[in-house]
Amino acid sequence: MTKRLMEGSEAMAEAAIASGCRFFAGYPMTPFTELLENFAEKLPAVGGVCVNAESELEAVGMAWGALATGARAATGSTGQGLSLMQESFSEITLAELPLVAFNMARGQGDYFQSTRGGGHGDYRHIVLAPMDITEAVGLTQLAFHLADRWRNPVLVQGDYLLAHTAEGVDVAAVDFGPVPEKEWAVDGSGGGSGSSKVISPLGIGKSNTPGPGIEGQQQAVAEKLVRIAGAEPRAESGFVDDADHLVVAFGTPAKFVRYAVGRLREKGLRVGYVRPITLWPFPGDAVASAAAGKQSVLVFELNAGQMIDDVRLAVLGSAPVRFIGGISTDHSGFGVGALLDVEVIADRIEGALDSGVAA
Amino acid sequence: MTVEEPAMHPVGDKLPSLLQSGEHDLCPGCGEPVAIRILLETLAELGLSTSTIGVVGIGCYTAFARTLDVDLVQALHGRAPSVATGVKRMQPTKAVFTLQGDGDMVNEGLQEVLHTAARGENVTCVLLNNGVFGETGGHMTATSVLGQRTKTSLDGRDPDYHGYPIVIGDLLAQLDGAAYIARGSVQNAGAVARTKRMMHKAFETQLAGEGFSMIEVLTMCPTGWFVPTAEGPGYMGETLGQVHVMGELKTRRPK
Ligand SMILES: Cc1ncc(C[n+]2csc(CCOP(=O)(O)OP(=O)(O)O)c2C)c(N)n1
Ligand code: SF4
Ligand SMILES: [Mg+2]
Repeated sequence: MTKRLMEGSEAMAEAAIASGCRFFAGYPMTPFTELLENFAEKLPAVGGVCVNAESELEAVGMAWGALATGARAATGSTGQGLSLMQESFSEITLAELPLVAFNMARGQGDYFQSTRGGGHGDYRHIVLAPMDITEAVGLTQLAFHLADRWRNPVLVQGDYLLAHTAEGVDVAAVDFGPVPEKEWAVDGSGGGSGSSKVISPLGIGKSNTPGPGIEGQQQAVAEKLVRIAGAEPRAESGFVDDADHLVVAFGTPAKFVRYAVGRLREKGLRVGYVRPITLWPFPGDAVASAAAGKQSVLVFELNAGQMIDDVRLAVLGSAPVRFIGGISTDHSGFGVGALLDVEVIADRIEGALDSGVAA
Repeated sequence: MTVEEPAMHPVGDKLPSLLQSGEHDLCPGCGEPVAIRILLETLAELGLSTSTIGVVGIGCYTAFARTLDVDLVQALHGRAPSVATGVKRMQPTKAVFTLQGDGDMVNEGLQEVLHTAARGENVTCVLLNNGVFGETGGHMTATSVLGQRTKTSLDGRDPDYHGYPIVIGDLLAQLDGAAYIARGSVQNAGAVARTKRMMHKAFETQLAGEGFSMIEVLTMCPTGWFVPTAEGPGYMGETLGQVHVMGELKTRRPK
């Protein structure tokens, strides 16, 4: 094991390449820019291609084309850039292409975008939310594995802290077993054979090999998403069993919450935490069982209250759910704000307990 | 006295080899199937049948994604050149083309084709230009000519109200990354033969690795122009053909 001190952007690019990613296209935007820079530097060295696309619309289109040939390919941006990609996100899901996308988000305001989607139709992306760079290296590789396993897009939800801080990490390729055979990919060899292929979100197929049609394709994807929802939820928790109160948080702030909860434990407060690692599928069962019998469930996230909807759906009224997070940013709009601070978080948790949230 | 059968001069297969079925539901008098025949015959004649990947945009021609016996990727409206870029970068030895309409390429996806050309991306974009959104029922596009009546320019395209058309081939020809740009037509047999030679050159340009190529084909859309089927070719020559003039606009190949 050889650990190197690396910024998250570099470590995630290296992890993607270790997973076999050979195509990346993106358009600069803070704090995603350094991820693009790292792909631009590192992909050619392994025979891959990184295109500085003319816009986010084109970046996702280029990734779409690369994926259609069977290559492992990715794109990314911040939530703003991903807003521009939503039409393609919807349709790539229906075309069942294994896209990996990175959202190096400005804060945590993109939870709805990532888990509900701003695109049209019935689609979901698997969303992985690492709390630090070490976990991001693992989840980036898991993203490529899950994308191919399910033929469904996977989003890695990062942020400014992940992109711009450094950690000692080991980027060794994780062995997920062989990559599934991509018999659906196009290489041009099918022409004139009577069994050429078409990759389409519309389920059209060819005259000789008809597809399921639009309704059939949408139905098949919807059924697959139900299977993913059953198989892939992931969460981490701590101090839950004897706790009277539970805190739920995701992404880099969850690491702060975890630390704050540990400190409150030392003071004798019976608090535990749950950290969803997959934002979709949301680990509702893990949250519900951790919340069972608790006096209150507190939700800390750096937005006006988004994941709290999923927490409420999971808890289904069995415990009071209260928001202790909030919008928090620096003057630039994409850096770290005053709320991302262990003291502040510990105070908010303690304050919520003191004020008798159970009422 | 015996009556002699009139001499037949076959000019091609009845059904192109790269078509799974001759059936389609495009309108009578539509020019798009003729242009697609030119494309398919060219691929076969250049020996590209088993080494070609096509990327199809959204318009009436999209119906052919089911019947073309070529490996295909269905793109979104306007996005085919980017998808083709990703395909080509991962499969550089294959011939890669897009099939787009004027609404697809010049309205929704103008930025895509401009940048793909400027990058000198080694792909061939095939534009079926009928000066109208045929698929949605006859609306004005960026290539509709002045005076042209559509459902969104009822009294004819008025430059003061609707602006001027984009003459896309001429625009692309100015970019350094563009190696071959030509405009053909399927208005009559002579135009078809000339367009076929252009289609060959466009793909030869790609095979030689010279850079971006685009072949624009003017196609009849009697339905979207609201003219009788038989008048399609004549109407096209008098209107679209006067602004989007047939010819090679840029080439690095021998004339
Ligand atoms: C984003 C988006 N906007 C609009 C449409 C609706 N639409 C479908 S086909 C079409 C026009 C196609 O025009 P063109 O490319 O010129 O092809 P034609 O039908 O004339 O052959 C439009 C606007 C769409 N499919 N996607
Ligand atoms: S509407 Fe126009 S382009 Fe579409 S099939 Fe009919 S004639 Fe052809
Ligand atoms: Mg058109």
